[in-house]
Amino acid sequence: MMIKLDLVTKVYPDGTEAVKEVSFEVEAGELCVLLGPSGCGKTTTMKMINRLIPITGGKIYINGGDSTKMNENELRRNIGYAIQDIGLFPHMTVGQNIGTVPSLKGWPKAERNKRAEELLELVGMNSGEFIDKYPSELSGGQCQRVGVARALGADPPILLMDEPFGAIDPITRVRLQDEFLKIQQDIKKTIIFVTHDIYEAIKMGDKVALMKEGQLVQYDTPANLLYRPKNEFVEDFVGADRALKGLQLIRVKEVMTSSLPTVKADEKAEAARERMEQEGIDWLVVVNDDGKFLGWVGKAELGKGELVKEVMNSSAITVTVNTVLNEALSLMLSSGANNLPVVSKDNRLQGVLSFDIIRKALTEVSQRRQSE
Amino acid sequence: MRRRVILIGLLMLLVGLTIWITNLEWIKEGVYKPFTWGDIMSATISHLEMVVIAELIAISIGVPLGILVTRPGLRRLATPVVGGVGVGQTIPSLAVIAIMAPLLGFGLNSAIVALFIYGLLPIVRNSYAGINNIDSAIVEAARGMGMTRGQIARKIELPLALPVIMTGIRISTVITVGTAELAVLVGGKGLGLITLTGVFSMQPLTILQGAAPTAALAITLGFILERIENSMTSRGLKVKAAMA
Repeated sequence: MMIKLDLVTKVYPDGTEAVKEVSFEVEAGELCVLLGPSGCGKTTTMKMINRLIPITGGKIYINGGDSTKMNENELRRNIGYAIQDIGLFPHMTVGQNIGTVPSLKGWPKAERNKRAEELLELVGMNSGEFIDKYPSELSGGQCQRVGVARALGADPPILLMDEPFGAIDPITRVRLQDEFLKIQQDIKKTIIFVTHDIYEAIKMGDKVALMKEGQLVQYDTPANLLYRPKNEFVEDFVGADRALKGLQLIRVKEVMTSSLPTVKADEKAEAARERMEQEGIDWLVVVNDDGKFLGWVGKAELGKGELVKEVMNSSAITVTVNTVLNEALSLMLSSGANNLPVVSKDNRLQGVLSFDIIRKALTEVSQRRQSE
Repeated sequence: MRRRVILIGLLMLLVGLTIWITNLEWIKEGVYKPFTWGDIMSATISHLEMVVIAELIAISIGVPLGILVTRPGLRRLATPVVGGVGVGQTIPSLAVIAIMAPLLGFGLNSAIVALFIYGLLPIVRNSYAGINNIDSAIVEAARGMGMTRGQIARKIELPLALPVIMTGIRISTVITVGTAELAVLVGGKGLGLITLTGVFSMQPLTILQGAAPTAALAITLGFILERIENSMTSRGLKVKAAMA
């Protein structure tokens, strides 16, 4: 186990009890979400882990060692830290920002640069383009990415993230969440992630610690939080639409159809018609020679031209295998499409997600709840 | 760019004016003691001397003082210190300078002490504000990443506050060049001697002989300090200014 909180308490000099006897353990490689309404003590709890706020009772063990016995700056250099306000250093370039902790640890310059390049690519930014830019030249989403890259600077085993995707628009937030989950699959950090957003918590967390007025109410998996709420507070906090929220727990790859008839853009419309009849369907996915997604073609359009590419509907609305179902559903509803192509990072077609599939998943989720 | 052309034009106008007045034949005869080109040069140099000495003292005391009162233990002192230093500037400059004579006697030292007191406020206030106005998220991020207090001060706070501190020094210097005109009243030297002679002998052109070089000096020092300020400011902070 990586992080262990044992009856951790924070009482301020004026007598306010911000955190009361909170205990939980986070295994190595796990993402633990601290969730709760504002003022519930989640941020305070997080900041006690890297000792930005001193604890007044109980113990915090990092990798088995009592954190109060460690040098506080050494401790912090081994715990990545990303906050909602990001706090990028405006007078330093993106590369220098990411290299902050490596530089504190005395890495040579060449190594710091190499690491910054790697991390920029990891968070989906072109290193050549961005490494010498200043924070003021970046968009909000790019700043968040750099903030995460900086937290990963010296490859710390532990990350603390305080609403790291809080201050950006919902679309970018969803994208950053997805990307971060993907990164986490590779880097397997032990993460404490603070949020007040139940959707984010269910989506991101391996475990969720729901807090209220400084106390830990339930520490559980997202599924148990949804379907086995410990008390009324949890039930209220989770909300009545738990079936819909349950869609957060399912990813496209678990339910999508992966064997599907396609047609190439250069093929004749006639060939497409034959294939549709063969399969007994009235639409096909159009791809190019590399298997990259281009669009759709329906039976009704086939007569309008000779080649498939002349009659197809090109579309840019796609999902990935890691998209969670409720986001896919809301994409479908907003775009009016009944089917969404599932594509890889380089737009290669991997499958199709249909409205029916989602409906089926939704029924299963609700049944699971009733049977429990 | 355009601003620089205007500044240089103004500077040339002031210097040209001074040269023209100094070379007028009837001035040389009409005034009780006509000021020669040499008088003006040496007055300018001693004026500059007073300003530089007073400013060096004001900087070496004002900058650390302004920064110190932003530190956690000393934050309570910020209001009294910045306010106290401000009192110096609420009193008219003439009074500050005049009061030095009875306190410290007539002489160059009184003049320099007066100029120092008068120039202190912009430096202390800007040093304090420069550090104090840094986004707290930036300092928190630095702390959370394991920077020591000293590292935060050196690598984060000072570079971020530097442009504001330098602005304070520039404002203070330009003000002090003007205030130094009065230094002659308590036994100081400088261009004030020429200006005030013009005033007391009611010779407008002689006033200009002292006032024009003073203005030229203020413009030149302001310009040089602005260039220094610019070269010391991180490009990252300038991009922001350009976008805002």
